[in-house]
Amino acid sequence: MSEPLLEVKGLVKHFTLNGDLVSRIAGKTQTVKAVDGVSFYIHQGETLGLVGESGCGKSTTGRLITRLIEPTAGDINLRGEDMLAFSPKRMRETRKDVQLVFQDPYSSLNPRKTIMDILSRPLEVHNLADNWHEKRERVLELLNLVGMGSEHIDRYPHEFSGGQRQRIAIARALSVTPDLVIGDEPVSALDVSIQAQILNLLRELQEKFSLTYLFIAHDLAVIRHISDRVAVMYVGKIVESGPVETIFNEPLHPYTKALLAAVPEADPKKPPPRLTLEGEVATPIDPPPGCRLNGRCPLATSICGEVEPPLLEVATNHQVACHNL
Amino acid sequence: MSEPVLELDNLSVQFNLKRGVLRAIDSVSFSVDKGETFGLVGESGSGKSVTARTIMRLIPQPPGEIASGTVRFQGRDLYEMSDDEIREIRGQNIAMVFQEPMNALNPVFTVGSQIGDALRTNMGMSKSEARERTIEMLQLVGIPSPSARIDNYVHEFSGGMRQRVMLAMALSCDPTFLIADEPTTALDVTIQAVILELITSMIERFDMSLLFITHNLGVVAHACDKIGVMYASHLVEMGTKDEIFANPQHPYTKGLLRSIPRLDVQEKFLTPIDGTVCNMMDPPRGCKFNPRCSEAMDICREQIPEFRELAPGHFAACHLHDQPTV
Repeated sequence: MSEPLLEVKGLVKHFTLNGDLVSRIAGKTQTVKAVDGVSFYIHQGETLGLVGESGCGKSTTGRLITRLIEPTAGDINLRGEDMLAFSPKRMRETRKDVQLVFQDPYSSLNPRKTIMDILSRPLEVHNLADNWHEKRERVLELLNLVGMGSEHIDRYPHEFSGGQRQRIAIARALSVTPDLVIGDEPVSALDVSIQAQILNLLRELQEKFSLTYLFIAHDLAVIRHISDRVAVMYVGKIVESGPVETIFNEPLHPYTKALLAAVPEADPKKPPPRLTLEGEVATPIDPPPGCRLNGRCPLATSICGEVEPPLLEVATNHQVACHNL
Repeated sequence: MSEPVLELDNLSVQFNLKRGVLRAIDSVSFSVDKGETFGLVGESGSGKSVTARTIMRLIPQPPGEIASGTVRFQGRDLYEMSDDEIREIRGQNIAMVFQEPMNALNPVFTVGSQIGDALRTNMGMSKSEARERTIEMLQLVGIPSPSARIDNYVHEFSGGMRQRVMLAMALSCDPTFLIADEPTTALDVTIQAVILELITSMIERFDMSLLFITHNLGVVAHACDKIGVMYASHLVEMGTKDEIFANPQHPYTKGLLRSIPRLDVQEKFLTPIDGTVCNMMDPPRGCKFNPRCSEAMDICREQIPEFRELAPGHFAACHLHDQPTV
């Protein structure tokens, strides 16, 4: 099999709480283990869905890959090259290859810039257009690509609905012809009828340009729809990953099972949503040793409180981190 | 045959703003029976929350205005009541839980004092009675060690626990009717499942009626007996849960159901509804859905369709169901 476009190995991001001098001297600092040893890969043209609940570290993972924040430890390899070793200049060029689409199209577009400004700025930064006419032409092309008419080019973000703004944010990401697009909850703020439009658009664009997606979301049905492979995160760790059909039809990790059982399906004939775990989500602040799900898990045994389960391959491409399989 | 507890009849609410008149709800009629759970679904801006606030008489007037219709609770017109009477209704008969407990609860008082205040004002309890009852309520909604947690502030609770606190507060005065406005929208899916189960069990236990407002069709599919679908200030379809999901009659309802990604099968492309919601300051003539409707006819661009009963208990407002004129 060919080399993956993106490979992440042992990615760690710890944040320090109460990092002031007094607390440090008194030894009262705490560590938020937002991302704690995450490994995955994505092949060209593939969509990896990263799913988990709030605070599980999925957005932090996305930001680490774009190097908006620097990891505490771990490797990020883009086409086999160590991205963390890139010089600032090389990194600036690489940003062209890795683009982000954010959740909230109301705060991710500058309200004082026209669509022309917003979409042509990346072209300027990366020297992708020689003159105004070329830029304008390219921007019109981008608008057309995301299904928006050319009449919108000189308008401001506030003149658009949420769905249209998200189209503009996607056009901006595509303006520099990236290989990898990281979508951080890109459809979560949208109503379902619009959400479906944007999901279709993302899929069309993927086919057209052979784009690679890291799709971060909390909505399992959306993840199911868009992904080829899925990684499930819980408190800074990937607990299960595998092909989308495997994860949804034959989940093995108790947390994955619990997530799926909790989704209310839009069909009254389906079983009602229920929670198969006890208690509440564990905190990533100085978590206890062992499995993060320990204390909530119906399968837990004594080892779960002592040893952290490694993510092991149980079948081809299917990895699970659980002691009790 | 059970009698309706809440009846909305031809209710229209508008906001008279500087830039024009905004019809937030238009000719909405529905009723909720005793013990019934009614789900009101629709997308952002469709008017579902305004409906809830109108029932509670929480719409500021002006700029708000009840342009037509009535809201009756146990047969009495809520808009003909005095301020004292409505306060009594709000305190003791109709309770409401909101999406954001952090905004709905006061951050500078302990949860115990807030729930206690409600009990002392509405039920005339003494301080110690109120405290006892509050602990009981916190216990009931599943807050661990309630006698210690009663003296905590809202920020000391997690999102799911805050929603439990709000539910405890809403239920503390034995309401007969609960309005829940997107109570699980801000919650993670596992916590949502727990809160839904809790609401359902409380409704049964206290024999209450429920008006459940949400944009999530999955949630109404499991939490409600009857469903009303709103689009652009109109109620466009209403029926039993099974009818709405198995046999939707309005093109909007059908479109909405088709556009949800499914959990059991993976489809390559979804079937979205084309276009976007109309501008409510300048809505289209006729049916508000006509610019997005694949089945729109000439009459749809002219006349607002009547909300009519197609089968017993199943209503829709669509010209496709007009009787052929002879």
